[in-house]
Amino acid sequence: MNLPIDYVTLRVIWWVLLGLLLIGFAVMDGFDLGIGILLHRVARTNEERRVVLNTVGPVWEGNQIWLVLGGGAIFAAWPEIYAVSFSGFYFAILLVLLALILRPVGFKYRSKIDNTMWRSVWDFCLFVSGFVPALVFGIAVGNVLEGVPFHYDETLRSFYSGTFWGLLNPFAILCGLVSVAMLAMHGAAFLTIKTTDIIQQRARTYVRLFACITIVLFSVAGAWVAMRLAGYVSTDTLVLDAPSNPLHKTVVLQVGAWLLNYSRYPLTMAAPLCGYLGAIFTILLAGLRLPKLTWLMSAISIAGIITTVGISMFPFILPSSTDPNSSLLVWDASSSHLTLLIMLIATMIFLPLIIVYTSWVYYVLRGKVTSSYINQNQNSLY
Amino acid sequence: MINFDVVQISRAQFGLTALYHFLFVPLTIGMSIMLGIMETIYVMTDKKIWRDMTKFWGTLFGINFAMGVATGITMEFQFGTNWAYYSHYVGDVFGVPLAIEGLMAFFLEGTFIGLFFFGWDKLSKAQHLIVTWLVALGSNLSALWILIANGWMQHPVGAAFNFQTMRMEVTDFAAVLFNPVAQAKFVHTVSAGYVTGSLFILSISAFYLLRNRNVELAKRSMAVAAAFGLASALSVVVLGDESGYLANSHQRMKIAAIEGMWETEPAPAGFNIIGFPDQNAHVTRGTLKIPYALGLIATRSLNTPVLGINDLVKLTEADIAKGIQAYGALQILTTNPKDADSLATLNQYSGYLGYGLLLKRYTEKVTDATPEQIQSAAWDTVPKVSLLFWSFRMMVACGFFFIALFLTAVVLTSRQRINQRWFLWIAFLSFPLPWLAAELGWVVAEVGRQPWVIEGMLPTFLGVSSTSLSDVYTSIAGFILLYSSLAVVEVFLMVKYIRLGPEYMQNTQGMKL
Repeated sequence: MNLPIDYVTLRVIWWVLLGLLLIGFAVMDGFDLGIGILLHRVARTNEERRVVLNTVGPVWEGNQIWLVLGGGAIFAAWPEIYAVSFSGFYFAILLVLLALILRPVGFKYRSKIDNTMWRSVWDFCLFVSGFVPALVFGIAVGNVLEGVPFHYDETLRSFYSGTFWGLLNPFAILCGLVSVAMLAMHGAAFLTIKTTDIIQQRARTYVRLFACITIVLFSVAGAWVAMRLAGYVSTDTLVLDAPSNPLHKTVVLQVGAWLLNYSRYPLTMAAPLCGYLGAIFTILLAGLRLPKLTWLMSAISIAGIITTVGISMFPFILPSSTDPNSSLLVWDASSSHLTLLIMLIATMIFLPLIIVYTSWVYYVLRGKVTSSYINQNQNSLY
Repeated sequence: MINFDVVQISRAQFGLTALYHFLFVPLTIGMSIMLGIMETIYVMTDKKIWRDMTKFWGTLFGINFAMGVATGITMEFQFGTNWAYYSHYVGDVFGVPLAIEGLMAFFLEGTFIGLFFFGWDKLSKAQHLIVTWLVALGSNLSALWILIANGWMQHPVGAAFNFQTMRMEVTDFAAVLFNPVAQAKFVHTVSAGYVTGSLFILSISAFYLLRNRNVELAKRSMAVAAAFGLASALSVVVLGDESGYLANSHQRMKIAAIEGMWETEPAPAGFNIIGFPDQNAHVTRGTLKIPYALGLIATRSLNTPVLGINDLVKLTEADIAKGIQAYGALQILTTNPKDADSLATLNQYSGYLGYGLLLKRYTEKVTDATPEQIQSAAWDTVPKVSLLFWSFRMMVACGFFFIALFLTAVVLTSRQRINQRWFLWIAFLSFPLPWLAAELGWVVAEVGRQPWVIEGMLPTFLGVSSTSLSDVYTSIAGFILLYSSLAVVEVFLMVKYIRLGPEYMQNTQGMKL
């Protein structure tokens, strides 16, 4: 079949899009999760909590679709990654699902009944539904960097030989904390845009605190990857446009291998640099009381950190620790040539549309959420 | 090698979570359109009561919508967690409509639902109306894409098996998109959603009229629900019939099982209204027949016979023999991809590979299957006949009841006599029926597809992940526990807000509950 874009290019495009979708999720849904994490810290009274919840009240449902789209796009464009990671990280995914279900009900039900006990239960649920996914996604990324214990049989059925507790190793937990810190920073940055007075002041403190923590933890993780962690290298000359079958290559482990791309293509250093500079500017701009730019810088920091992970591993997406030759690469875990093309066309039509109407919605909803607004709309708001 | 307990529990988990998710979906689909209708009337007539109606029903819609989204994520992720081999085997095809559903539909409804609730004072009347219709459009488009995905599971067109990647791959995307089974299912399912939305509003309005409160709002709501409900109920039955006709072309076993028809009937076949299928004895006892009806539904003619289960099983044995050929060739190609003879054999029989895979339940090697094993595998293609037989009949009975109910409502409304208490009671008590019908419809469609997860291509038991039994037990327990608690809260809040009624929503100054 003659298709207008060759298979190798499409695979690289879909690797970039995979990164973009994850960044889209972390940046757009990330501040909702971050606000959940910080709910009890930045808002003490019932009225303050309602202010905080209503800053994201009208948008969190749309933001959550980034996760739905991420899941769908991995399924369609990287079915092997989807199959192995979701079934392997079984309990991690289950935890995320159960935590995420608490979110809509937390938002919807919390303020429907005026009872302190009822509301504090849902506040706790909202904290859990922010904290658990943030932590678990980070832990999952940590495990991916270390390699995941799976292998295939000859029918390409995958077998995962690790345990849930095995996911909770020190390096993975470190990555989980990076994720929690950066999303907390991002949530606090959003609150500085949407709130006033005491809540805004608290949020400003937390932006700077969590930006500092992000910088420190990101550095520790980087040093760990450079000095302790075994990366993966493929030793064959790979056929980049072969049909997706992960069983036809040889892979070895090598400490520091995850840094090879940076010396080979020095421009890629821009990714970790964005991670750092974004966080540093977040601290500075929060001090200068420029909330929108603070949020933007925090978003750049998140994008930089996620891109760093992707570039470190390229062309690996999901390495196998127990059978490295079964590792999933950009070149052998994608959908077929035609499917990647169809998906690209659909994305090129709809993603710009989504960005346009999402921007319009945020424009309509611009402005601060205050306690007087809450008091005027007692019964209709969250 | 496959742990059949894991298969059973994974299926139970998928079924439970899907049935639970499907409690929220039809109402979202139907109510979103009805909100659009009510708000359109508000914008056109400028009568405030229509705005109050939109807001009031919108509150109930919102409680329901949030649950639909949350339980939907579980469905999407479950393909990966519990059906990993399925995801590997068909992700190239099945994943595409799922991803486009996110891009085209979910973003639309998810983004604008917030403005629907929070935008009343921030948007002009026309802008808000557009927002409401975009939510409705998003909900309905999501049904389109998920049914394109599901239609492909029932009738896998536009894809072929690739031995190099050991999976199905897209060959003709237009065929997947315009799959006739998907189109019929889509209209049938959204119509069912409209019936659910209409009956929800009809029933709660009847409750208000019985209590003699919110009379103006309830009467108008009833009028909208009656008209829209009647059109939808007619459509759901007619399009359900179209599904039946298509099923006979592509899933003859499903039709035979629904009918409890073991022996092929001479044309034109009759339709059993009542009967008691016996899966072991291969007979259906105590039948009461409508002559000609099945022949008309299934073949659109009076002279084409409808094949019975026994004959279909015999045909399946021949398919399995071809499947063994395909599987044998695939085995050789796995070690020697250049083998020309095997490639030719696989190409010739690759459409039957799935029938060979049915034997994996009996022999790992497949090619060494005994005639008895082939016979057992062929009989495995018969789904649970009694379950299908009765689910189908109860669903259809509901469908005809809905037509009668909405027709009565339309007549009473047009004569200004909707206050008949007997009717209000019937309308109120019919509340759960659309959900019952929708869930039964899901059972007919998905249980009727067994033992296949992809009809004729991949047996369900092979689709499962290599997880341990304790993992799946833990997750199903977690879902049951959390879903049950949330159901209690959901029902509690719904009832509370229905009782509080629209006057509460108009009270902006806050009221102690």
